[in-house]
Amino acid sequence: MKRLNFIQSRAFFRVIAILVPLVLNVYGIAAGSTEKASTVSGSVAVVPAGEVVRGAEGGEEEEKAGDVIMHHILNNRVFAFPPFGEVKLPEIKVGGYDISITKHVVMLWVVSAILVVLFSIVGGKYKKMTARQAPGGLVNAMEALVEFIRIDVAKANIGHGYEKYLTYLLTVFFFVLLCNLLGLVPYGATATGNINVTLTLATFSFFLTQSAALKAHGIKGYLAHLTGGTHPALWVIMIPIEFIGLFTKPVALTIRLFANMTAGHIVILSLIFISFILKSYIVAVVMSVPFSIFIYLLELFVAFLQAFIFTMLSALFIGLASAHEGHDEHEAGVASH
Amino acid sequence: MLTSGVILLAGSLLSPEPGLIFWTAVTFVIVMVILKKIAWGPIITALEEREKGIQSAIDRAHQAKDESEAILRKNRELLAKADAEADKIVREGKEYAEKLRADITGKAQEESKKMIAAALSAIEQEKHRALDVLRNEVADLAVMGAEKIIKTALDADMQKKIVNSMLQDLSTKRN
Repeated sequence: MKRLNFIQSRAFFRVIAILVPLVLNVYGIAAGSTEKASTVSGSVAVVPAGEVVRGAEGGEEEEKAGDVIMHHILNNRVFAFPPFGEVKLPEIKVGGYDISITKHVVMLWVVSAILVVLFSIVGGKYKKMTARQAPGGLVNAMEALVEFIRIDVAKANIGHGYEKYLTYLLTVFFFVLLCNLLGLVPYGATATGNINVTLTLATFSFFLTQSAALKAHGIKGYLAHLTGGTHPALWVIMIPIEFIGLFTKPVALTIRLFANMTAGHIVILSLIFISFILKSYIVAVVMSVPFSIFIYLLELFVAFLQAFIFTMLSALFIGLASAHEGHDEHEAGVASH
Repeated sequence: MLTSGVILLAGSLLSPEPGLIFWTAVTFVIVMVILKKIAWGPIITALEEREKGIQSAIDRAHQAKDESEAILRKNRELLAKADAEADKIVREGKEYAEKLRADITGKAQEESKKMIAAALSAIEQEKHRALDVLRNEVADLAVMGAEKIIKTALDADMQKKIVNSMLQDLSTKRN
């Protein structure tokens, strides 16, 4: 009973601690505005200039917020490390094509380097390990992920002959996951938040899916599949629909990953900028910081989730394309989703 | 409001960047090849090996279990057989003993009966002999007594008279 009272009193003090500054701040804003009004009405000569400056500043700040957010999300040739400075990235043009090294390219390389280092350690351990030894630490953690992709994603969705696609699925999972996670690190950028990157990855999935379909059914079966198994009179409708259907899957993959990664960052940055736009510490304490931490944690989850979903759907599409029996029912089931 | 507007209007979110596509493809393929060589190959091999090892261990355990069960069953059978054998032996022994006992008892009884019969016959014989002896003795005694009586009571006249009368009787009867 006493303990309960103690907790209640603590909660009460917390509510007070939050409410009091809020009320004071509202009062301050009100006071400020009345003061402003009075000064505007009072000394017209001096203050308007200040007001104009202030207004211009406000407008600039708001526009800046959008610019800054876009700057954070979009690709560019500068790798900035504020406040220490920035690194200008080289511009390369080959045969009229612009293949400059950009921020996202650098992030891709960072991801690649981390992956190669990480897995050379893990792979080395495996080379040394006999079948009787149990893995530990980092190796064990990586094994859990690899085993998850192998069994629950590849084997469960593709079934027979899943080993051929394992290399791609594992690489794409860890690649996307690390890209997602590095976007949450200070100075990092989300390469998977760029539609060009996700499009390229989805294109790999697309080609793998089509090759799996061709391998499973042959060219004749592949073309027959395009007719949807309908009467020849309906082919005029069915073939374009099925043809578009081929491309909807990778496009869905592309946009899902890109939009998820971009949206989370925009939300975090917007929440932070709210306090700058409103110029209030209270908003920062009450809203921006806790909410952006919450979204950040959510993003952490989403990073894993989207990497998993990208891999999972790639495996699912490959599995559907290479399914021999009853794949029409499966596809109908997927379509109804 | 303005912020979201700026983001939407920026348009560069969806702008194509051939350079980035190129670098993504190249980087990804290279990473895939390297990882396949340094990581996926060894890891998957090790995992499969371990899986096989575990499977074979399970199989072996099952086999051992089956074997031990078979041995246990065999043992039980043997035990049951041995039990039956022992039972049989005991039963047979008992039966034999019973038979032997019955035999011996029967023989003994027969023997005793024979002995009793022999004893009885011997007793009978002895009795007869004793009786004979007794009879002879009694006859002798009677003869002796009769001799004495006769000796004392015998009288010539009387004898003559008796013989005469008897002769008379004989002659009359014959007629």
